[in-house]
Amino acid sequence: MTVLLLSLLLFMIIAAVIALYTEELISAVIAAGAVGFGSSAVFLLLRAPDLAITQIVVEVIALVLLIRTTLHLSGRGVGEGPSGPRVRAAGLFCLAVLVSVLFALPRLPRFGEPVMDRIAAAPSGFYLERGLELTGSANLVTAILLDFRAYDTLGEATIIFTAVLGALTLLSRKCLTSCPAGREEEGER
Amino acid sequence: MSPVYLLVFVLFLVGVFGLLTRRNLVKLIISVAVIEAAVNLFLVLAGYRREGIAPIMTEQHHRAEEFAARAVDPFPQAMVLTSIVIGLSLLALLVGISLRLYHIYGTYDLSEIRKAAREEDR
Repeated sequence: MTVLLLSLLLFMIIAAVIALYTEELISAVIAAGAVGFGSSAVFLLLRAPDLAITQIVVEVIALVLLIRTTLHLSGRGVGEGPSGPRVRAAGLFCLAVLVSVLFALPRLPRFGEPVMDRIAAAPSGFYLERGLELTGSANLVTAILLDFRAYDTLGEATIIFTAVLGALTLLSRKCLTSCPAGREEEGER
Repeated sequence: MSPVYLLVFVLFLVGVFGLLTRRNLVKLIISVAVIEAAVNLFLVLAGYRREGIAPIMTEQHHRAEEFAARAVDPFPQAMVLTSIVIGLSLLALLVGISLRLYHIYGTYDLSEIRKAAREEDR
């Protein structure tokens, strides 16, 4: 199982690198979709069926949105690779972070031993033992989401509502046609 | 030490590298999505139990303590579920901003957008 998990993670890394380096935007979007569906498969392996289902749905919508950005592209839309020194500096930075992560990794709990076993005060054990009795939900993930931590879900709904309002305002036909150069918005400010 | 965590960190760093070096807005959005996927995976990995079962009670589990000793941690899963959906709304907002910029400047290239904006100011 670990071999399968590792190969899926490798697949995701390769897809992410392809998404960054490919010239065509549509190929980059499809490679990003491969990353998302790969993570959905990993969730299934990690015994998180709810996450796998949600990830698939979210990834389909994300792909539709991203493909919308590649429509009507004139030739100028695809940016070429950036200049040399900047890439070298970013590469050095990522390498430095990776080296420090190598030092930090042995301090993490071993893979396969959940954090809740090490911390006695973690709420997970309580949720697992009393969840069915207190909420009546056999699926403990939904029991936490909609009962124990319902305020978090309310906050999530608020964020989604705000983001949808923002996207609607940005993409409304009225704004797209009446202020083509962004001048009117600047005048109002 | 399992290489699983290391690979997740490498995935995270691929996203950070893209965010630092790319100039195309769509590729920046993709980098943010890759970082999100890596962080979500790390949180779920931290709650995984070897040979564990999904945190869903079935008829076979009569005693709650026994079930609690075998199931994977449901708490990170619930929080990551929230995070995935928030990630989608973030992506929708970013796509909206990018489409608007493309509509105004006719390109996704950040350096060209900056140049055009500077010329407009003059």
